[in-house]
Amino acid sequence: MRGDGMGAWRLLRAVMCCIVAAWLLAPLVVVVVISFSSAPFLQFPPPGFSLRWYVQLFSTPAWTNSLLVSVQIMVPAALFATILGTAASYALVRGGVPGARLVMACLMLPIVVPGMITAAALFGVYRGLGLNGTLTGLIIGHTVLCLPYVVATVTSALRVQDARLEDAAATLGAPPWAAFRHITLPLVLPAVLSSLLVAMILTFDELIVSLFVSSARVRPVAVQMWSNLLGDFDPTISAIASVCFLLALLVLLADLALRAGKSSRIA
Amino acid sequence: MKSIDSRIWLVLPAVLVLAVAFLGPVGWLLARAFTFPEPGLQNFAAIWERPVYLKVLGNTLLISAVVTPIVVLLAFPVAHLMAHGSARLRRWLIFLVLVPFWTSLLVRAFATAILLQRHGVVNSLLVALGLVDEPLPLLYNFVGLLAGCVQVLLPFVIFPLYSSMVRIDPAFMKAAATLGASPVRAFVRVYLPLTLPGLMTGGILVFISTLGYYVIPALLGGPRQQMISQMIQDQIATFGNWGMAGALSLVLLAATGGMLLLLQLTVGLKEVAR
Repeated sequence: MRGDGMGAWRLLRAVMCCIVAAWLLAPLVVVVVISFSSAPFLQFPPPGFSLRWYVQLFSTPAWTNSLLVSVQIMVPAALFATILGTAASYALVRGGVPGARLVMACLMLPIVVPGMITAAALFGVYRGLGLNGTLTGLIIGHTVLCLPYVVATVTSALRVQDARLEDAAATLGAPPWAAFRHITLPLVLPAVLSSLLVAMILTFDELIVSLFVSSARVRPVAVQMWSNLLGDFDPTISAIASVCFLLALLVLLADLALRAGKSSRIA
Repeated sequence: MKSIDSRIWLVLPAVLVLAVAFLGPVGWLLARAFTFPEPGLQNFAAIWERPVYLKVLGNTLLISAVVTPIVVLLAFPVAHLMAHGSARLRRWLIFLVLVPFWTSLLVRAFATAILLQRHGVVNSLLVALGLVDEPLPLLYNFVGLLAGCVQVLLPFVIFPLYSSMVRIDPAFMKAAATLGASPVRAFVRVYLPLTLPGLMTGGILVFISTLGYYVIPALLGGPRQQMISQMIQDQIATFGNWGMAGALSLVLLAATGGMLLLLQLTVGLKEVAR
């Protein structure tokens, strides 16, 4: 009797897991397959295979320019967010900042506040400052959006490290910067690099703030995709979507490798 | 003065950037609700009085309220298998959920749209299996919006639920069985309550995220499924009505904040951060 119940649950669980797996992965598989289609429409399965949409993607200035713009935003924004976020995390966990919990909560706000509100707010304020349609405006916006992820990752890594290691270095006469540089930073480096990766992928994929703040001349990939999606779908979009997907996959694998390296060092 | 105190200044750059490029602008936008086009509460009065605003607010709440239980129900068995399956299976499942989780929301929304097209994979499959005679309208309506939201939000429930489940001692269920509880009773009385922190966290995350969605309703939903973020964009881009945009933002923010407060009261945000 009891065995029967468990068997039914196991079967149901397996079926549900398959449904979820299909729901999560089928769209991505279909997009990647269609990007190699030889047909000028999004037919699945494709009637034949070719690289024409990739050729089209990398030979259309609108797309190549937008890729360049995305990289020009991604690199500084991810670096700024990682540096500012790591410094803030260090101060919050080790420095005894007054009201640390409140400061931490405020630093998390850009995740909690819906993207449309942030986008509208930045767009409104940028109008007076002439920052709309500039790389600077986009970089500032993206830096703020990435900060919470860096702070969350690095503070939790700092919390599991023993603060006494650093105190010992200080007692032995190491100046605070040297103690941080030689003791703490190497210990939390995997977390810092991991948050850099997350920040990179976040700014590369960010759409809503970019949609408001960008212009026809300074237009990141996500916005270029968006403006194409509102017209007729053409397979070039599935090519750029596959490129984005591949990028995400690579970054995820790098992040998993970082985490695996970290846990093996502890063990 | 201890030398440690000098380290607190490291928090300043981040706080400054946050204040100037986030808190300030958001505050400015919300303030417009009370000052544009003239000082007063007329924007909130308009939201209350004109059916178009209430309809969009209702839509937004309805969609969030429908998406949340679907995502939770689908996530439960996956998290369960992840928590109690073999180590090998667990690694695969985690990877399987992480891959879409890291992929851009826009890419996933577009991919879902391809799948749901009139002559897309889902319709071809339904017709081939003889379940329907004609391709169903699955895109630019409630179904498309729902399918997209569920696709994007599943990981937000699977992971918190998994972390609750993996901490449950299997001995509890054995003890319940030994004491004569049927599997169903043991599940309902012992197992389910222990997963509540994960269920609440995931459920509320899904609800909050859906409230603020823009890309998915714009791409997969139809005009009748317009949500509040789309309306905020409309107020600015089409009408230049910053006052109404501010008022709608404040309503959205209040709903989001209210749900977070509920989470704080039931589970505690510290627990969520784990």
